Amino acid sequence: MTPEDPFGVVLFESVSHALRAEKIIKAENIPCKLIPVPRQLSSDCGVCLRFSVVHRERVENALAGKLDFFDVVLL
Amino acid sequence: MEVVYLDNAATSFPKPEAALEAMMRYQREIGGSPGRSGHRLSIEAGRIVHETREVLARLFNIDDPLQIVFTKNATEALNIALVGLLKPGDHVITTGMEHNAVMRPLRFLASRGVDLSIVPCSDRGELDPDDIRAAFRTNTRAVVMTHASNVTGTIMPVQEIGLLTRERVDTVLCVDAAQTAGALPIDVAAMGVDLLAFTGHKSLYGPQGTGGLYIRKGLDKKIAPLMRGGTGSRSEFEEQPDFMPDKYECGTPNTVGLAGLSAGAAYILEKGVEAVRDKEDALTRLFLDRLHALGEDVTIYGPRSAQDRISVISFKLRDITASDAALYLDEHWGIMCRPGLHCAPAAHRTIGTFPHGTVRFSFGFFNTEAHADLAAEALRQLVKR
Repeated sequence: MTPEDPFGVVLFESVSHALRAEKIIKAENIPCKLIPVPRQLSSDCGVCLRFSVVHRERVENALAGKLDFFDVVLL
Repeated sequence: MEVVYLDNAATSFPKPEAALEAMMRYQREIGGSPGRSGHRLSIEAGRIVHETREVLARLFNIDDPLQIVFTKNATEALNIALVGLLKPGDHVITTGMEHNAVMRPLRFLASRGVDLSIVPCSDRGELDPDDIRAAFRTNTRAVVMTHASNVTGTIMPVQEIGLLTRERVDTVLCVDAAQTAGALPIDVAAMGVDLLAFTGHKSLYGPQGTGGLYIRKGLDKKIAPLMRGGTGSRSEFEEQPDFMPDKYECGTPNTVGLAGLSAGAAYILEKGVEAVRDKEDALTRLFLDRLHALGEDVTIYGPRSAQDRISVISFKLRDITASDAALYLDEHWGIMCRPGLHCAPAAHRTIGTFPHGTVRFSFGFFNTEAHADLAAEALRQLVKR
């Protein structure tokens, strides 16, 4: 994943959820990074999980049934 | 004089080196506030807190680590569970062996209209599950009980009680695991535990100021939080979040303490709870044998068989008061133990040692046979004086 790739973010209820998601996604060897939630998405002070859009399906599948998330947004 | 620490039921000492290093590493190299800000030091602090949840979830067989709420100790965890769950008109059952961490919140709730039944135990601290069954009423909302007594060491039949509460739609089992988390195998699913309160600074070998509460999935909807405040989540709203774990975790947490707890609990996981239990059990048997050899000068409380107790041994030395014995052991032998009532007046009434109390020795993972032998020799000389 390079900064030029289009990316998406997964939004969670809390930072605890985001941290758990990071472990789940990394265990699947999918590159990801926790970043502050972009202001245009939420005024929350939390973090979200950024991933390259090419991995969108894998990210959603990895989390399905394991962890609730708010939304996946493509940026 | 070497210090021989035999007060592990109050707090374990020493701690594993890894626990000390983890705290130092956090405070030297990380230092950020978890769940606040998105910078790398905040995220790294968050990872420490989350890793602690995962280690504990493995230890207690909890399927979702987010069902664990961190508190400053087992007492806070029990207060969240009991004060949050029980309402006037509800009936609650507890035992005659409880610590004040259970008894005081329940007495307070009883003064506010909660109906409280205290099921008596034998003078060895043993609970008959049939007595719990007989105490159920249609409005029984919870059974609250210790997993093992901090006075007699008696291991309580939690799994049997779990079978009883599971048969009932609206009765939860709340367990005080202050003495057993890390010292005895705990499987919340197999034991039918709905609420598990634990402390970090005893057999999980973390620092003081750490503990937590496991809440079975869905039950959090029925438990109002004790405190409300900043969580780092839903910041645009002025109402407390209703999801786990933020609902019960507000204000900056004890991240340095949780770093130590994570490493302490990981140390126990790596050694294996069964191995820890075997070692402490062997020390307990050795010391009990030595105590029995002192004859009628010593009255030992608790179960006859060592396998029915954790490594907590309470006793009385003929006409020597508990506090005199403890002072003698400290001054002449460097042995640290605890005299008195151990914050559990109900348990002392049950075993017949109220209000004078007992002398309590409690072994930990870092004690040795030499410690048990030295303690026995010190007591032998004390009763001969």
